[in-house]
Amino acid sequence: MEQRRETIVLPPRTDTWSLRRRLSAGRQIKELIARSWMMVVSVATCLLIVLIAAALYQRSQPLLAAFPLGELLSGTTWLPSRNQFGFAPFIIGSIAVTGVAMVAAVVPAILTGIYLSEYTSTRARGWLKPLLDLLVGIPSVVYGLWGILFVVPLVRDHIGPWSDRTLGQLSPIFVQTNRSGYGLLSAGFVLGIMVFPLIAAVTEEVLRSVPREMREAVVCLGATRWEATKCVVRRRGMAGIVAAVVLGFSRAYGETLAVMMLIGNTVTIPRSLFATAYSLPALIANNYGEMMSVPLYESALMGAALALLVVVLSFNIIARLVINRLTHRS
Amino acid sequence: MNRRRRRMIEEAIFVGLMRFSVVAAAAVVTLILGVVTMRGVAALSWEMLTQPPGSGYYMGGGGGILNAIAGSLLLALGATVLASLLAVPLVMFLHGYLKRGSRSASLLRLTLDVMWGIPSIVYGAFGFALMIFLGLRASLLAGIITLALVILPLMARTFDEIVTMSPRELRETTMALGATRWEFLGVLVRQTIPGLTTAVLLAFARGIGDAASVLFTAGYTNSMPHSLLRPVASLPLAIFFQLGTPFAEVRARAYAAAFVLTVMILVISLLAQLSMARLGRNVIR
Repeated sequence: MEQRRETIVLPPRTDTWSLRRRLSAGRQIKELIARSWMMVVSVATCLLIVLIAAALYQRSQPLLAAFPLGELLSGTTWLPSRNQFGFAPFIIGSIAVTGVAMVAAVVPAILTGIYLSEYTSTRARGWLKPLLDLLVGIPSVVYGLWGILFVVPLVRDHIGPWSDRTLGQLSPIFVQTNRSGYGLLSAGFVLGIMVFPLIAAVTEEVLRSVPREMREAVVCLGATRWEATKCVVRRRGMAGIVAAVVLGFSRAYGETLAVMMLIGNTVTIPRSLFATAYSLPALIANNYGEMMSVPLYESALMGAALALLVVVLSFNIIARLVINRLTHRS
Repeated sequence: MNRRRRRMIEEAIFVGLMRFSVVAAAAVVTLILGVVTMRGVAALSWEMLTQPPGSGYYMGGGGGILNAIAGSLLLALGATVLASLLAVPLVMFLHGYLKRGSRSASLLRLTLDVMWGIPSIVYGAFGFALMIFLGLRASLLAGIITLALVILPLMARTFDEIVTMSPRELRETTMALGATRWEFLGVLVRQTIPGLTTAVLLAFARGIGDAASVLFTAGYTNSMPHSLLRPVASLPLAIFFQLGTPFAEVRARAYAAAFVLTVMILVISLLAQLSMARLGRNVIR
């Protein structure tokens, strides 16, 4: 036992406490203050989402107390001055315009994401990425303006009449019921462009986290590059791509200004791609000015914001958890 | 042989489709910028950039959008300062005190990611509820607070990504010299200043372009911003309101204002990219 002590001389355990004792008082205090300040900021940020939800819930409480939830969600009449608050047209309008956006954006966005992760060299990425960043950077109002200047006339003069002549014979969805050009199709198309970079970037990120050996192994077996990509996507990427689409959906669902400028803003349930509609965010944004005039009006708008928040939060949390799991495994 | 050909054709088809998507995206970017530039430059005048709106501006009267430009810059500047006061400590806490991949760290990142996904109109509604609670009216201050919440997640996550790329040895070396964690964070910030600049500039650009959050909270006015407690105009809303008028002349000014906004945002984003490349020269990798 004596001998052992001589051969292995361990340094004394330096746990945080003994280290701290040796620091001067000034440095200790600085450390303590900095640490608690940063902790407070971080915890406060985590609680912010809860605070937002609670505040919106509290403001919409009068409306929720006055009407049962089912009636609010399924009601189709919106007449605040007569105390009728049916959210169905707005919810359906939002889902419809987001649906159009998804149809327009999902396939090209996923293909772009795959291309960025599997097919491009570093150099090609060097100019492709800034291109997507440009799309992200353009503000919503400029998208809306572009929609008015370019997409609306296009839909009005070319796509609308064409669809009316051909596809309109097959299904009432494609009949040009409204000749102004504003409506679901214009708003959805512009919205699709707005969420395109998000879906592409998340798809790329997820595929990039798949280990390279997997592709190499498949290519060694004689697969073409596309077959290797298919294999990677099928085995590891599918959940991530679905998560990317869900993220895109929730981003599109909450988009305000561009949709509001293009969708036509009429409180009706749309029956055709060319029909005008109304979206939840547009409802909030359009009516903030007069909401203090009717007792339950403000409460109703806050309820709309709450409905938006609930959908977006649940979609986002699920999608982010999936993405985190996928990208952390590597 | 036949099978091999089919595989090659499949490959070619899908590569073609992917190239087509990328080219289509590039075409759309060019189209958007092209349309906004062409229509905007045609309507742009010196008067627009240097004067606040005169009387009857929305019916075609004289004046410009200086109030909106100044208002937007003030809003974005205030929000950026406020957001960085929160984002920097947050990211430093994430890297200095929480272990990589620990439960709290992933929770904090998840929160930021989810916050990034919350639409700005919801922040606007929240800001409005907060204003009622505090007894504030639509003002520059309320706009700044709301906008800060909108850009906080973007700024924090961008900065976080960049700090993650800093070398691990930096921490080990600093701590080995006997520094406290606070002192280590000082070193870390100095190392990541280019990244911080990038994050701040990106957040600033986002702040200038955001409209839905300031709609309720900052209000709109035709006079120049002069007090924290008064409403201010903002560029996106100026575009929106001018587009809503029935006069072609006023709508043309909206195109010009959109051009000004787009140029501002593109220049700031470009500076953000440059700051990464230029300031990064003195950073140990």
